[in-house]
Amino acid sequence: MIPTIRQPLSLTLVYRAYVVLFFVYLALPLLVVSVFAFNDSLFPSLPWKGFTWNWFFGDQRPMIGVFNERPIMRALNNSAFIAVFVSALSVCVGTTNAFLFNRYNFPLRGLLYVLMLLPLVIPGIVLGISILVFSSTLANGLEDGMGWDIYALRPGLPLVILGQFSFITTIVTLVISARLQKFDRTLEEAALNLGAGPLTAVRTVTIPYLLPALVGGFGVAFLMSFENFNTTLMLVGSDAPLTIAMFDRLKEGSTPLLNAVSLLLMLGSSGLALLMILFQRKR
Amino acid sequence: MTTADLECLELSKRFGDFTAVDQVSFSVPSGTFFSILGPSGCGKTTIMRMVAGFLDPSSGDIQIKGKSVLDVAPNKRPVNMVFQHLALFPMMNIADNIGYGLRRQGLAKSEIARKVDEALDRIGLPGIGKRKVEELSGGQKQRVAIARCMVLEPDVLLLDEPLGALDLKLREHMKIELKSLQAAFDTTFVYITHDQSEALVMSDQIAVMNKGRFEQVGSGRDLYYRPQTAFVAGFVGESNRWRGKVTRSDAGGALQLTTEAGLVVTGADNGRGLAVGAEAQIFVRPEAIRISRKQDELAHFENRMVGKVQSLLFNGAASRAILRSEANGDDIEVTLPQSGEFADLTRGDDLHFGWSGEQANAFAVEAD
Amino acid sequence: MRAGAKLGLILLLMPLLLWLGLLIIVPHIDMFLVSIRERIGVGRYQISPANYLTFFTEPLYLVTFMRTALMSILTTAITLVIGFPVAFYIAKVAKGRLQSSLFLLCLVPFWVSELVRTFGWMILLRETGIFSSFLQWLGLVDGPVEMLYNDVAMIVGLVYTSMLFMVVPLVTTMESLDDSVIEAGYDLGGSNLSILREIVIPHAMPGIASGSIVVFMLSLGNYLTPTMLGGKDSLWFTELIYSQFIVRFNWELGAAFGFMLLILSSIIVWAMLKVTGQTLEKTMT
Repeated sequence: MIPTIRQPLSLTLVYRAYVVLFFVYLALPLLVVSVFAFNDSLFPSLPWKGFTWNWFFGDQRPMIGVFNERPIMRALNNSAFIAVFVSALSVCVGTTNAFLFNRYNFPLRGLLYVLMLLPLVIPGIVLGISILVFSSTLANGLEDGMGWDIYALRPGLPLVILGQFSFITTIVTLVISARLQKFDRTLEEAALNLGAGPLTAVRTVTIPYLLPALVGGFGVAFLMSFENFNTTLMLVGSDAPLTIAMFDRLKEGSTPLLNAVSLLLMLGSSGLALLMILFQRKR
Repeated sequence: MTTADLECLELSKRFGDFTAVDQVSFSVPSGTFFSILGPSGCGKTTIMRMVAGFLDPSSGDIQIKGKSVLDVAPNKRPVNMVFQHLALFPMMNIADNIGYGLRRQGLAKSEIARKVDEALDRIGLPGIGKRKVEELSGGQKQRVAIARCMVLEPDVLLLDEPLGALDLKLREHMKIELKSLQAAFDTTFVYITHDQSEALVMSDQIAVMNKGRFEQVGSGRDLYYRPQTAFVAGFVGESNRWRGKVTRSDAGGALQLTTEAGLVVTGADNGRGLAVGAEAQIFVRPEAIRISRKQDELAHFENRMVGKVQSLLFNGAASRAILRSEANGDDIEVTLPQSGEFADLTRGDDLHFGWSGEQANAFAVEAD
Repeated sequence: MRAGAKLGLILLLMPLLLWLGLLIIVPHIDMFLVSIRERIGVGRYQISPANYLTFFTEPLYLVTFMRTALMSILTTAITLVIGFPVAFYIAKVAKGRLQSSLFLLCLVPFWVSELVRTFGWMILLRETGIFSSFLQWLGLVDGPVEMLYNDVAMIVGLVYTSMLFMVVPLVTTMESLDDSVIEAGYDLGGSNLSILREIVIPHAMPGIASGSIVVFMLSLGNYLTPTMLGGKDSLWFTELIYSQFIVRFNWELGAAFGFMLLILSSIIVWAMLKVTGQTLEKTMT
């Protein structure tokens, strides 16, 4: 139990060992993925055949490195494109939602709040197929009725963006609401008292206060979008984002190329996360 | 001599290089209300946590009813503690809070229910057992926290500044209530606080603590009127103080001190043996200073001064004036008599004031 | 309400209603409509419970459905049991720098994609993998051992993937438990176990509920881990949905499956909330 309560040494040691073991369990898969990115072999498995950078920079078959593998780079591009859109959209809607639930009392507020939380308890794949079904109903309707063929409503990047946005918004809303709740509204009143209009008060006082949450929400959304698999799988068209592209390759059999991509992903997202933490700390 | 309920022998606690509690010994007789009074960081909480068993002493012994408890885990010690923020269990109702320790002892359900009801009666809150913790007022929580410990009939009840979080009015009320609860339960209370009025009002015995050591142990009266160290004189109650060199010293304890500004003050060292030439401090309580409009009324005092009223601090019965001495510009705080004689005093009035040397306590200045 | 405030309310309501309406509510209604229709000719449909009947009469579907539910519950329980002591250690035992670094360390694996995590387990568990080689090196086994493609591997992967979502809410709720409350428990005679049962766990209940709900949802709706780590026998219900939609193009049956999964998850989440005495609003914020 807590440090101020003396415990038998054996119990303390066992507890500590357990925690260490837990972190080994957490680290192990990531560690092996990273290590085998440098294996000079066609398979990410033992035996170890020596160190190589080829899986990053190689340009000769069969060892084509990540940076020279066109489909992977294209998939990375797609992922980044999707993630930026999803993050920007969900931060916008998340902010309006946070203000709505924090500042206003209106009929059906409780019901809408529960509905807002709902995407968290809908399995991702169900979210994916429901959007898929609805968008093709729409697309078919428009095509039959009006003769319009709307490309955006068929599986592809726009649908992937909408699908991810549909549940990431809930999370971003919660992140921003948490900070808005802590905001001392007398600060806004002080701004009004000093001659600011309501919108100016929000812009000059509330938004700067919310900034860490907005940046944090953006980062969380970006990472979640980049990682998302289940919802994306159902909505993806010909332009596959990275996770899907990797999944397709993994099904065919893995090469250390995938390890190299994974390692880069890890570095990228840890870097982003670190940046977010530094930003929060500076505030 | 009866055995004390709690006895600490040369108790010390060091955290690295820092000595939080330094060779402290004291004993608390059965049934008394014992307070440890000191500024924050003086080590009083450390003592209490050692007695409760949450900290192991670096050296020394803690005995309860004559038996050492160093090897007894906190959940087996016959002491219970009222925590600073009470630490009532928010996940349980009042009855379950009070019954918690009884359940640990494995008592029958009906027995627990009976004892809990009895305890609730005793603290004057019958029938609130089913309520939640957050539904109670601050004072009620206070009483529940005490009842939660008292149902276990501990040898010693420790209280860690439990009144600190209450507002002033309630605090005044709880002081009286705690004292009467202690009498009702007839248990030894050890109370720690930084608030001298809490300690003075409630305690049978008070230990004044500073920098890990006990400066003085005694009744409130002792501490107030016969402080043994400069710290006690300065910490308990209020005082005017002067610092200077001893320029004359009698065998009887009377001495004279000359400040750097040249002011000569007569005082008494009460057997502390201050020699001529020693650095010393003199403490004079505001109520020991008499004021008068006529000089001859104060003729019998060894110390006499003249000053102007600098400001008047009205505070009902405890009203005071700050006088600026004409001789050297010192500000001196004096208590205004309540006889009405000085009701018309205004700022700028000239006054004579003086005090007897016996009322001026002198202490050696310790080299830092 | 003043006119300005009213306008503000309407402006703020718009994005919420558009989002919930167009991306959550209407698609689900449409999915339901698709699930209750039956194709009777080219481009001709009629309302019928045929898809649901198929679901209930085909043993493979029903068995997979129940198996997925039970395995998800099992995963949730295992995650809770493994994660709770660690969360307690981070929240109450570790102090200062150690505490924040352990907490951060807990988050690290989840900054990378689930695919990478699963891939890691594949490298560890497969026939030519690290564990197999290690066991051979130790001399415990004679030849390569295949540890991949079975239920255990799948559950290991699922537990790993959802650990963060259990540990983080647990740490947050337990951090808010004042040390002095635990000390008071000891002071009044409590033992480790009784304090755990009567003080720590009741206090951590909101965290347990939200952690369990999220982990359960993630397991139930997972497609990647069962596909990659599970064997031929460990079919997951999401795999059925995927194959109806993408492989067989039978959207009607797929939509019905999706709806069944949604109902199942709603019932179990509701049951978890009831058991732990929490509400959705409280656990999700």
